[in-house]
Amino acid sequence: MFNYTFHWNQALRALPQMLDGALVTLQIALLSMAIGLACAIALTLFRLSGNRILGGFATAWVEIARNTPALFQIYMAHFGLGNFGIHLSPYTALLVGIAFNNAGYLAENFRGALKAIPDTQTRAARSLGMTSLQAFRYIVLPQMLRIAFLPATNQMVWAILMTSLGVTVGMNTDLAGVTQELNARSFRTFEFFALAAVIYYVIAKAVTLAARLFAARMFRY
Amino acid sequence: MIEIENVRKSFGQLEVLKGINLTVPKGEVLTVIGGSGSGKSTLLTCINGLETIDSGRIVVDGTDVHAKGTDLNKLRRKLGIVFQQFNAFPHLTVLENVTLAPRKVLGLSKAEADAIAVKQLTHVGLGDKLKVYPSRLSGGQQQRMAIARALAMSPDYMLFDEVTSALDPQLVGEVLDTLRLLASEGMTMICVTHEMKFAREVSDRVAFFHKGVMAEIAPPDELFGAPKDPDLRQFLAATH
Ligand SMILES: Nc1ncnc2c1ncn2[C@@H]1O[C@H](COP(=O)(O)OP(=O)(O)OP(=O)(O)O)[C@@H](O)[C@H]1O
Ligand SMILES: [Mg+2]
Repeated sequence: MFNYTFHWNQALRALPQMLDGALVTLQIALLSMAIGLACAIALTLFRLSGNRILGGFATAWVEIARNTPALFQIYMAHFGLGNFGIHLSPYTALLVGIAFNNAGYLAENFRGALKAIPDTQTRAARSLGMTSLQAFRYIVLPQMLRIAFLPATNQMVWAILMTSLGVTVGMNTDLAGVTQELNARSFRTFEFFALAAVIYYVIAKAVTLAARLFAARMFRY
Repeated sequence: MIEIENVRKSFGQLEVLKGINLTVPKGEVLTVIGGSGSGKSTLLTCINGLETIDSGRIVVDGTDVHAKGTDLNKLRRKLGIVFQQFNAFPHLTVLENVTLAPRKVLGLSKAEADAIAVKQLTHVGLGDKLKVYPSRLSGGQQQRMAIARALAMSPDYMLFDEVTSALDPQLVGEVLDTLRLLASEGMTMICVTHEMKFAREVSDRVAFFHKGVMAEIAPPDELFGAPKDPDLRQFLAATH
């Protein structure tokens, strides 16, 4: 029968601790997006380069990132690399794993966005004496980022949620990690996780809203 | 001077330019007319090195465009080109569209580039649209912006590829006026066009292209008044 008594006070007393964890979560998500974005631009250039090795490398990255579980990607960054003598802390491994995943998805978004930009834009830029890199940097990239912006926002939300996988590699300072430890001490599973879920929800919604406002300011054309 | 010597160009099986010979001296206004698919656009894009050629030579002021060591980016500074589709950069304002290449390619300061851009945009009648995005412009205005953008690089030659073909009829006039203005200022121009009246009035010479061959070239009075090539006669009869 249903005879569970809620103990919200205990959970609410732990709220400051959980909010500290939420900051760590947000930090990892933002950093992983920044790194992922830089890598995705590089991967996109690799795929455009026409170089077989660079293109193959980029395609392999995108394929693995998009078609294997994010959990495995984070595991690999922590335990997999550990086998080769590269020991990443749980924080770094989580960051690397999510950044890897972000880069794959963003690069694929960029590929789609590029298709929407007519070749004639590059031709016009080259006709003005720009190098192919300048044409990419000043003409293609800004348009590509605009088209890919909303999908990238989704990826950002996904990155926030993915940080919770950090508990599997011993991460204990982010929101999921903090919640997990509180739970282990108190067994108030429902209360703690419900509260954590609310915090995740609020962060995700806030990020989406912030992205909308940012887009409205940035993309005025 | 632009020297085109026996230029051949194929796309796969299709030979688009079948040995073109043509010299355009400084100051000349040459218009190119001809049916669809006759190779007019291809010739223009070969001149500025956007397309490769299979054989022959194109020499611009002594520089062989398709030679191995040629710095095409540098060469293109002196060859402005404007296309049928306006190719405005949608994410940049009108002013930024025009200043981008002078700043990034010629290395001018923002102030210098702005001054040149304002001058060129005023010249083509867009002095009051500097801060506007291209999506807010009419087709004719976008095309004049594209012309100003090319002129801001201070090119020695201008190549125009059917710059009025994508425009509504009532907007054609303003763009042609801009071309007339340029011609009267002594700009060396190659204009591919379907506007026969314009070709007649503005050109020093008119070239007729047919199936990859330059079938006839003559001053406008002669070419329109007494066409010799039978395909040209048929073409003119069809367009009048
Ligand atoms: N990149 C390309 N790849 C394959 N074929 C091409 C390419 N560009 C042009 N062609 C073909 O070459 C031929 C000549 O094209 P071009 O654009 O030079 O003709 P045009 O004289 O400018 O015609 P129009 O008046 O229709 O603009 C056409 O049959 C065209 O389909
Ligand atoms: Mg054409």
